[in-house]
Amino acid sequence: MPAVNQIEATFIQSLKEILPPDRVLTAAEDIVPYSFDGTAALKQRPGAVVFPLTAEEVSECVKLARRNNVPVVTRGSGTGLSGGSVPLSGCLVICLVKMDKLIEVDEKNLTLRAQSGVITKEIDDAAAKVGLFYPPDPGSMKISTIGGNVAENSGGLRGLKYGVTRDYVMGMEVVLPDGTLTFLGNKCVKDVAGYSMKDIFIGSEGTLGIITEVILKILPRPKARKTMLALYDSMDAAAKTISAIIAAKIIPCTLEFLDRVTVQCVEDYAKIGLPTDVEALVLMETDGHPVVVEEEAAQMMALARANGARDVRAAADEAEGAKLAAARRNAFSALARVRPTTILEDVTVPRSELATMVAFIDSVAKKHKLQIGTFGHLGDGNLHPTFLTNERDLEEMHRIEIALEEIVDETIRLGGTVTGEHGVGLAKKAFLKRQLGEGSYELMRSIKHALDPQGLLNPGKIFDPRN
Amino acid sequence: MPSANLLKSIDYSVLQQCMHCGMCLPTCPTYVETKMERNSPRGRISLMRAVADGELEVSKALSDEMYYCLGCLACQTACPAGVNYAELFETARAEVEQAQVNDGMQRGFWRWLSLNVIFMRPWLLRLIGRVLRVYQSTGLEKLMRKVHFFGLMPRSLAALEPQTPHIAAQFSDDLIWPEETPKGGRSYRVGLLTGCIQDLAFSNINRDTVDVLLANGCEVITPRSQSCCGSLHAHNGELELARELARRQIDSFDLDELDAIITNAGGCGSHLKTYGHLLHDDPFYAAKGKQWDKKVKDIHEWLVQIRFRKPTAGAGVGEVTYHESCHLCHGQKVVSQPRQILNSIPGLVFKELPESNWCCGSAGIYNITQPEQSQKLLDRKVANLRQAGAPVVATSNPGCHLQIANGLRACGEHPCHEVTQPVTLLAQAYRAERGAEILLRGSAV
Repeated sequence: MPAVNQIEATFIQSLKEILPPDRVLTAAEDIVPYSFDGTAALKQRPGAVVFPLTAEEVSECVKLARRNNVPVVTRGSGTGLSGGSVPLSGCLVICLVKMDKLIEVDEKNLTLRAQSGVITKEIDDAAAKVGLFYPPDPGSMKISTIGGNVAENSGGLRGLKYGVTRDYVMGMEVVLPDGTLTFLGNKCVKDVAGYSMKDIFIGSEGTLGIITEVILKILPRPKARKTMLALYDSMDAAAKTISAIIAAKIIPCTLEFLDRVTVQCVEDYAKIGLPTDVEALVLMETDGHPVVVEEEAAQMMALARANGARDVRAAADEAEGAKLAAARRNAFSALARVRPTTILEDVTVPRSELATMVAFIDSVAKKHKLQIGTFGHLGDGNLHPTFLTNERDLEEMHRIEIALEEIVDETIRLGGTVTGEHGVGLAKKAFLKRQLGEGSYELMRSIKHALDPQGLLNPGKIFDPRN
Repeated sequence: MPSANLLKSIDYSVLQQCMHCGMCLPTCPTYVETKMERNSPRGRISLMRAVADGELEVSKALSDEMYYCLGCLACQTACPAGVNYAELFETARAEVEQAQVNDGMQRGFWRWLSLNVIFMRPWLLRLIGRVLRVYQSTGLEKLMRKVHFFGLMPRSLAALEPQTPHIAAQFSDDLIWPEETPKGGRSYRVGLLTGCIQDLAFSNINRDTVDVLLANGCEVITPRSQSCCGSLHAHNGELELARELARRQIDSFDLDELDAIITNAGGCGSHLKTYGHLLHDDPFYAAKGKQWDKKVKDIHEWLVQIRFRKPTAGAGVGEVTYHESCHLCHGQKVVSQPRQILNSIPGLVFKELPESNWCCGSAGIYNITQPEQSQKLLDRKVANLRQAGAPVVATSNPGCHLQIANGLRACGEHPCHEVTQPVTLLAQAYRAERGAEILLRGSAV
């Protein structure tokens, strides 16, 4: 990795010339809480944390860092699950949570414009006020910032029908590694003027630029929604149901599942009356025009029964829907309580391989004597094998490493990806080349090198930069 | 002088249980105010962990942070991993007190006077109450205010003066017999905790609690001159004094003879239910502490558990909204029961309060130690009450009751003009039944 500098006193002095002192944090008590994000077992203390309010301030900070050869890590609410915003020792953290202005909801063009620090849920709330809808709903949407979502290309529960964050980004304001402020994209649905540069920055994990503002596409809000729950004695039967639903030309907005271990943990924790001998619990939702929703729901329930569901229930109204969704909503909480450390993975396979993959994870857990609860998005093949462990038990942590290697190899063999929605960051870095192969891995590195030759923006994330 | 590191000595897995996912951030009133991680639960836990790991010194800044925390425990409701923040926060405050990073004669004196002297001696607390009562009832208070006497005091102290609670005309022991037996036969035998502030300012609510219990077949045992439960001490870093008060409290009840021990103050209840943990190292009290925890019930929790009788008469109120005491909803997870009680009262129209479980800024003595942040939270609460539009708000903790009453009084014109408690409304409804009976009997004659 190219040599970089740590923050020194003169640098801090210069920062305080750009920003008022209350937006430049350097005391230990202030910056220790920025040593980590939402990822387990990763931490590193930065040298300073700054809170710009405008893109110009971000640009000035980046220019200063460049002159001093100091690495910069961008951060939103710090909920990421791959270590993307974990600092480098002594680096500058640019935290965008105070850039939180929702600039415009444009009902004529169905777009929404916001600064990067706006909370994801507030985006959808603002759209909802005028009957519109921002579909991506990552698990942390009440906390995560929209800028962080775009930088990580976050997913959520509605991926199958509505896609992911990328599908909603129409434009963005970006501060480039040399401090240049630029705008990519616009409100036009059609735009083929040159390379689609914004797309390179979506999911770039803060390695290519700092996104300071976004223009998002929004949709009319679906008028009705129906929630259903199905219980299965085999994962295969659950997977067959999903194939049958899609073969029937129905695209549900939600198809979530919990495996046996997760159902048991949920029942232990929340006591909601679930049978603990099921192999799979599936939560299904369809949304849209009320008449269509009723028809599709009836069809989905019939298909679930025909494909071997032990029990199928539908919610009569929103309140009952929330009750049925309780198991899925509690899945992560229930798992997280079992042991001190919870490692959440997000390997993803083509939908058709999902049952195979779940069975494989189960066998790996048995083989290495580990506790792994798997839940996730049945509709898009995105799994969350969750390791329940203790980071202080080094021997067990070592077994987890081996198990993870095996899971990754199988994922790649089945044509999948090591990360469906959490990003590479530090956590998946070791597996990236294996999945991509030499060609596309080097292509990525050359793009990074072209834009950030000094290697100062979030260095060491996704891959190690060229020397 | 380096002293035993309390954070180092607690079970590390409690610290480790925090996976820093950030779910607590949007529920934390101080984080939402500043958007700085150190002002958030996961940020504070990371500081505690850094101290436990020997990576951070116990400093004045650390102490300031621990006292900026409201201790509202909203983070515990939001936490997917079940982190015991209450224990961490109490230990951290004890740690900073032990390290004496907060030296300052004045702070030390007031802490000593209140925590070590006044709130350890029930007789002294009540004596002060009596003096205040005379001062308030003889018109002396009005006179002092009229001549702007408080203008002579330091501004911070003068600002607190109007918040002095109004002392009740009689304390609980004057209103409640040591043993009271229900008329229609006894189904349960319960002990009643009268509290300290509750006793001084809201003895009538203790009386209402007894009436409601009697109406539901509970015999009520109320020991005289009860001590503070120790929550004030535990929340302010004085765990040893808290243990002493817990032992005293346990000794004043015959646990084997009681079905439950009833508390009607959210803040006290949340602490009372942790005596088992507080005394787990005490060879004489560890077992009793566990037994105690099982028997302590919040009044609303208990009433719903024993399927309280729905009143047949109203309480003379229409629209009522409900503010949740943090330590009742987040600390004790008693959420639906007070609403069930309100909804059981004929004629009462229940209206939800926006952000009903967002701290009102009272938070024990937070309104005294952090007046600025406390006022911001109070303003937010008053604005939400305006949005709810109900003329009456019910709550179930003396701190919240006083804080909201002060907030409404200060803002003058406001649709909400009465603060009361669910048990008071229920007691009024039961009393109205008797009134109706007497009327009926009267008309029959």
